[in-house]
Amino acid sequence: MSGGKRIRVLVAKPGLDGHDRGAKIVARALRDAGMEVVYTGLRQTPEQITEAALQEDVDVVALSCLSGAHNHLFPRVVDLLRQQGGSDILVLGGGVIPDEDIPGLKLKGVSEVFLPGATTQSIVEYIRTHVPIT
Amino acid sequence: MFLLHELVQGFQCGDKRALARCVSIVESGGVRAENLLAAVAKEGKRARLIGITGPPGAGKSTLTARIAEVFLDRGESVALLLIDPSSPFTGGAILGDRIRMHAITGRRGLYMRSLGSRGSLGGLSRAVPPVVQLLECFGFDTVIIETVGTGQAETDVVSTVDTVVVVSVPGLGDDVQAMKAGIMEIADIFVVNKADREGSERTVRQAEEALKLQPKVVPVLSTVAISGIGLPDLVVALDSHYAEMLDSNELATRRKARLCTTILAHAGSILSDALTDWAEERMARAWPEIESGSVDIFTFARKLATEFQTRGGENDC
Amino acid sequence: MEAKKHSERKSSFKNTSDIELKRVYTQSDVGGDDCDIGLPGAYPFTRGVQPTMYRGRFWTMRQYAGMASAEESNARYRYLLEQGQTGLSVAFDLPTQIGYDSDHFLAQGEVGKVGVAIDSLLDMEVLFSGIPLDKVSTSMTINAPAAVLLAMYIAVAMKQGVPPTKLNGTIQNDILKEYAARGTYIFPPRQSMRLITDIFAYCAEHVPEWNTISISGYHIREAGASAVQEVAFTLSDGMAYVQAALEAGLAVDDFAPRLSFFFNSHVDFFEEVAKFRAARRLWAKIMRERFGTQNPRSQMLRFHTQTGGSTLTAQQPDNNIIRVTLQALAAVLGGTQSLHTNSRDEALALPTEESVRIALRTQQIIAYESGVADVVDPLAGSYYVESLTNEIEKAALEQIARIDALGGAVKAIEQGYMQREIQDSAYTWQQQVESKERIVVGVNQFQVRESAPRGLERVDEAVGERQRAKLALLKGNRDNARVQAALSELERCASTAENVMPAVLEAVLAYATLGEVCDVFRRVFGEYRPEETLA
Repeated sequence: MSGGKRIRVLVAKPGLDGHDRGAKIVARALRDAGMEVVYTGLRQTPEQITEAALQEDVDVVALSCLSGAHNHLFPRVVDLLRQQGGSDILVLGGGVIPDEDIPGLKLKGVSEVFLPGATTQSIVEYIRTHVPIT
Repeated sequence: MFLLHELVQGFQCGDKRALARCVSIVESGGVRAENLLAAVAKEGKRARLIGITGPPGAGKSTLTARIAEVFLDRGESVALLLIDPSSPFTGGAILGDRIRMHAITGRRGLYMRSLGSRGSLGGLSRAVPPVVQLLECFGFDTVIIETVGTGQAETDVVSTVDTVVVVSVPGLGDDVQAMKAGIMEIADIFVVNKADREGSERTVRQAEEALKLQPKVVPVLSTVAISGIGLPDLVVALDSHYAEMLDSNELATRRKARLCTTILAHAGSILSDALTDWAEERMARAWPEIESGSVDIFTFARKLATEFQTRGGENDC
Repeated sequence: MEAKKHSERKSSFKNTSDIELKRVYTQSDVGGDDCDIGLPGAYPFTRGVQPTMYRGRFWTMRQYAGMASAEESNARYRYLLEQGQTGLSVAFDLPTQIGYDSDHFLAQGEVGKVGVAIDSLLDMEVLFSGIPLDKVSTSMTINAPAAVLLAMYIAVAMKQGVPPTKLNGTIQNDILKEYAARGTYIFPPRQSMRLITDIFAYCAEHVPEWNTISISGYHIREAGASAVQEVAFTLSDGMAYVQAALEAGLAVDDFAPRLSFFFNSHVDFFEEVAKFRAARRLWAKIMRERFGTQNPRSQMLRFHTQTGGSTLTAQQPDNNIIRVTLQALAAVLGGTQSLHTNSRDEALALPTEESVRIALRTQQIIAYESGVADVVDPLAGSYYVESLTNEIEKAALEQIARIDALGGAVKAIEQGYMQREIQDSAYTWQQQVESKERIVVGVNQFQVRESAPRGLERVDEAVGERQRAKLALLKGNRDNARVQAALSELERCASTAENVMPAVLEAVLAYATLGEVCDVFRRVFGEYRPEETLA
């Protein structure tokens, strides 16, 4: 186990929401699935998330928000990534997100949204099938 | 997928996105990495290389951020490599050191990258030396590597940097003397962090005692990284150490040792990979005898090595 | 064959605290511990803190509520009071909880989303408009800026002509669990403790009927802890607060009677009942033996309960009504002083009026129809319940000892011990759910194809704009000289060892904003930065 490309994921909590149980579980599950997970903790601005994603050259940015601010924060991250050369990065969302908001988020560039009850396995599978093997 | 020459161009223009992608390619290793390194090589490009090591809980990350902050404030460009342990079972890793770098996130001239140790026992992944070289070519003034911090003697770091800073804390439960063998030998500078805690003076004294046994002079400093206390002295010590090494030619000596180690390590890993591939089938065939013990494994290994060395007509590795 | 006739569903039965459950409990499981079971209202209060409990008065039915701006929340409070709730519980939005005004850049998208936006006394006055503060008790879920919101509450009451001595209520004011589990901290630990002990001292003198802290296990449990961990970590936090108050020079019997607690009511029915009883017994012993309290009221663990939000599902949301009923019943049989029942749409959005009404009715039906409130501690004497109470007490004591060995709750949190324990439990739970070792009805078994839920409560994005406009207007209309003077005085005071409350009160009365007051504290105290990370 030395060289070779591993899937790199940034797990991020944008905004003021402090509920990180889910984000931490997802991070662990991705690690257990052999991925390298950069976790940047609470209270990240979209700017900070974008900078970390680009410096770490991640394949995926997984955003978690349970405070209802997702419609503002998630598209902002997508926009910043696109502006700064990160359009190829997969953006995923999770948290407390009404079903009716999902189409709008997807239109704005969030690839998939995982709702309460989603299994960590489904997230691992999604990433494995959607991250191109270079 | 990016074309190599586009990446190289971006890299040479100072594009941080291109840099980040290049780090990934170099980390993945193989011929692609070697080609990239050759393409971006810049003669004479050097950075000051600092390694920060020590047991978990010592506050290495906070200290690293503070040191970087001072360098950034005086106009230097800084690259930070933050190493975290990879799972020996899955190969995955949680890279959480960035959390502690909030004091410096967003600073111009700063690049931070988290790396998994990827199975290396010496505390640094095999990717670190080539990534360091990449960062030097990009033009960073200083590269700081913060190691895993498992508490073992992380001897890899010595052969990777110019200055090794060992960070400890008072009241870890162990006396400084009980610290795993080797950690005192590798220190160029010894720091007792969280020095506002009880027992810090004793820890400093113990460190000074232990370091007396070393052939070189190693300063022992106290810091409280979280508030910045002791940082100015630490930076002076770092600058002095570097200046001394420049003057005394020690820097060139270490660099030579570092390059030789890296060359041999890289060549060795190429050979090792080739050997593993080549030997797989032979070992499978010989397995019944190995298992039953009718052939001694060490004799078998020597035979294997000799055969591998003298094999002809097969592909170069 | 015997074995086949008596085979069981699982090879072992364990509750959330990993305690092995026997098939049947008998007299021998309880042994001769009658003296510890005792009577309600008598040390060690296993059976309840009052002799009459719900025969005297039902628990307070106190639904956590708040959304958008003060006007909407005021309307919801009046609705709930009309529908029979007997106490108010205020939910603030995240910017308010973290000491930011609605016009702060970090507040974008967050204003009014998880609770009411309070930027100044102006909003607070609207929030309680038409609600007599001498007649209604109010619990405020506010932690880092608790001093400011308490001052605003006192100010609103003053304007209603109600003196602080008549005020009944609670502020959560429990910063340790913010670091360990909830995440809405502002200042570093030591300075936060100073604010907390300032509040203890101020209220002991000026607001004597006020519960100055609600030492919380709810959030620790929600973050993934087991029942035993919930008890152990909460009581350890409690001990840290008592210690801090003593070190600040307060006499224990002066402030201890006003400490209160806040627990979760989770899925395992009997484990929860036993948990509440064990917690009461443990705290009583700790207060008497460790802190030498003389006053029995200092030994009584009084608590509010909220049914576990994280146990509710987005799938088949009506099922949540049943879950909440069982959890509420456990809390009542466990002797809670006050109760919030979650609404069925908990996993989806803030509750609609109808959903919160059903949640309130759940409590009312338990109280008025089921008969369980007519006898105190009715489950006492059950071999299972008493045995489990003992086991939880014992296991929690072991956990507390481990935290003691680390130097107490504050050190344990600084070293990331509590956080790691909680994370490990959370991960174990998730693995159990994904492997179907633990069934969640509607999620990993008995699923149905569902259409997206309709009619969910939504907070208008325009709330943020309206709050920002209000702020601009306020800053133009108030006496800015008075505000500046008040903030300067507050800064001076905060930099010394003086009690900050009077200065906060003056600032609030001058219509300084929450953000302005907290910025003073940020300057003087600094901001907390988490050091710990993931395992």
